[in-house]
Amino acid sequence: MIELIDTYWLYFLVGQYPHGPLGGLALTLILAVLGLLFAFPLGLVFGIARVSPWRSVRWPVTALIQVVRGTPLLMVVFWAYFFLPSLTGQNTDQFWTMLTALVVFDAAYLAEIIRAGIQGIGKGQTESARSLGFSYLDAMRLVILPQVVRNMLPSLVNQFVATIKETSLGYIIGLTEVSFIATQINTQVLTRPAEVYLLLGLTYFILCFGLSRLAFWLERHLQQRTMAKAHA
Amino acid sequence: MIQIEKVNKWYGSYQALVNVTESVAKGEVVVVCGPSGSGKSTLIRTLNRLEPIQSGRIVIDGVDAYGPHVKLNAFRSHIGFVFQQFNLFPHITVLENCTLAPTRLRGLKPSEARDEALTLLARVGLAAKARAYPGELSGGQQQRVAIARALAMRPPLMLFDEPTSALDPEMVGEVLLVMRDLARDGMTMVCVTHEMGFARDVADRVLFMDEGKVLERAVPSEFFARPEHPRLRQFLSDIRTPFAEAA
Amino acid sequence: MTPIFDLNLLLTGTYHDWLVAGLITSLSLTGISLALALPLAIVIALIRLSPVKLLQWSGFAFVEAIRNVPLLAHLLFWYFGAPELLPTALREWLYARNVEATSAIIALTLYTAAYMSEDVRSGIRSIPGQQFEAARALGFSFVASMRLVVLPQALRVTIPPLISQTLNLWKDTSIATVIGVAELMYQAAKVESATFRSFEAFAFASVCYLGMSLLITGAAGWYQGRFPVRTA
Repeated sequence: MIELIDTYWLYFLVGQYPHGPLGGLALTLILAVLGLLFAFPLGLVFGIARVSPWRSVRWPVTALIQVVRGTPLLMVVFWAYFFLPSLTGQNTDQFWTMLTALVVFDAAYLAEIIRAGIQGIGKGQTESARSLGFSYLDAMRLVILPQVVRNMLPSLVNQFVATIKETSLGYIIGLTEVSFIATQINTQVLTRPAEVYLLLGLTYFILCFGLSRLAFWLERHLQQRTMAKAHA
Repeated sequence: MIQIEKVNKWYGSYQALVNVTESVAKGEVVVVCGPSGSGKSTLIRTLNRLEPIQSGRIVIDGVDAYGPHVKLNAFRSHIGFVFQQFNLFPHITVLENCTLAPTRLRGLKPSEARDEALTLLARVGLAAKARAYPGELSGGQQQRVAIARALAMRPPLMLFDEPTSALDPEMVGEVLLVMRDLARDGMTMVCVTHEMGFARDVADRVLFMDEGKVLERAVPSEFFARPEHPRLRQFLSDIRTPFAEAA
Repeated sequence: MTPIFDLNLLLTGTYHDWLVAGLITSLSLTGISLALALPLAIVIALIRLSPVKLLQWSGFAFVEAIRNVPLLAHLLFWYFGAPELLPTALREWLYARNVEATSAIIALTLYTAAYMSEDVRSGIRSIPGQQFEAARALGFSFVASMRLVVLPQALRVTIPPLISQTLNLWKDTSIATVIGVAELMYQAAKVESATFRSFEAFAFASVCYLGMSLLITGAAGWYQGRFPVRTA
């Protein structure tokens, strides 16, 4: 196993870079970060629309979110893979295909986290903001959302873990992220598939377990702060 | 009915019961009172082994509760226990709460258990609520059901652990009424309670506990009229309550 | 001239048969994995709740090791890696049969069980300790108290999240495509490459995934209406 790491570690981390496109673990991480980064504003808009007092806003967004959540990510990836080119009129490479799918998919999940957060804040906050004379959108922007976003920090870290795991589906459309690279290494070595895939699993584990512990810690920290405030 | 001999109990280094020796005769009603943390709840919980003890002996109805051969579940099923927080099973109806143990542990047929349970529910004034779920009842009603549930096992002995402490004041009376009714029928009862009116009117004997020790035991008239131990005097003046007059 | 959307392709003929076979395979994967994962999840939950430190720890390790690695990596390991670790005779026996489906079921079962065990565990923990105590005070044994009082209540709390894990399992079966299990996604891609009618093929798969997802979501809603969680 040491020998395996010794030979392939650089390939595993960055793919063919700098002699070819960036790949491997680096690509996995870039994809996950960009995916969450772009999905967040979209999810915020969707989440607010989900609890909007106007039906014409609430219903279509609710329907869209339900459709995305009822569909496997892989299905979304396939749709993006086959139809983005005809939609945009130009050839989309695997990276942008995967990123588009991730953003759409994650936005739907983030929207639900944000909706739950808004509803968890309670009517009292909206009502007191409105009675001060703020418009609905100002009440959201100035009073509700700042509280929601702070409370959802642990959920965001957990969503990041989910996104890292989701990037592995890029494998299926030939994106050279870390699972794909692991399979390439396996084809080159040929005799040690168990070790190669254990290493792949271990890599994901260290990354995701570390992050989910961070989320756990953040959650406890936030809880304690809220309780300390309640006692003060 | 109950013999408690030199019982000691520790929570870690804290001694909750100190050399407690008591006995309760058949048909006797004993009220245990004392400030919070005095060990009174601990004492009553040791009687059906909800708490382990470190030394001493407790014999109930001829059975050594902590003896090596005691069949714990059968032993407990002969002792009715009423909790401060009622602890009804929220997922089943009031009637099912009262028939669960009789059908499973006493081997009654469902129809027999049902008839008995309905009689008991009528006795606590809640026959009309048989089909309701616990969550639909008030606290006082839930506690009365809890008493009926315990009675359904036909125990010769009933233990009450602060049965009215979790209730709103207006519901205390209805629960005490059921307990008086039980006492009048000759049930052996040990009640941990702060209801001094109940103690004075119903109890045959009142025990005062503090710091894990029984400091005083007397018939109610003596207990309230001529308290001897200074701590008891302090306690009685602390809770000098309108209850004693009102109840 | 071929129509823009060839519905006939989906309703009759070879391609129709391929797609339906895929749907049946997906449903079977879901059913078998669910049947295996549920009891496993309950056992893991009880192990994590046991008073023995070592058991608690090993339960925790199992759950975290599985949850923090993407399903795709699990599938690659069980399909490419694990058989290499088996004795030759057993391996050949396995290869003579449906090794793809077997690997997929193992991966899906472990993955689903890890998530479900967390739901079962928090369901049991949500029942106050006094319920257990009250049952013991009536004379019920440990097992009878669990069976008659604690578990029925825990089940009410646990079933809705278990149903949503089943929804995830249903969507996750699509990933079994990577190791060549002929499930719905695989068959849709096969029809696509045989006919170049990507829209029809993916529409069929999407409608199946979405329809089944809606059924499962509906089941959760029905259950919560039919069996409300009761608290005293």
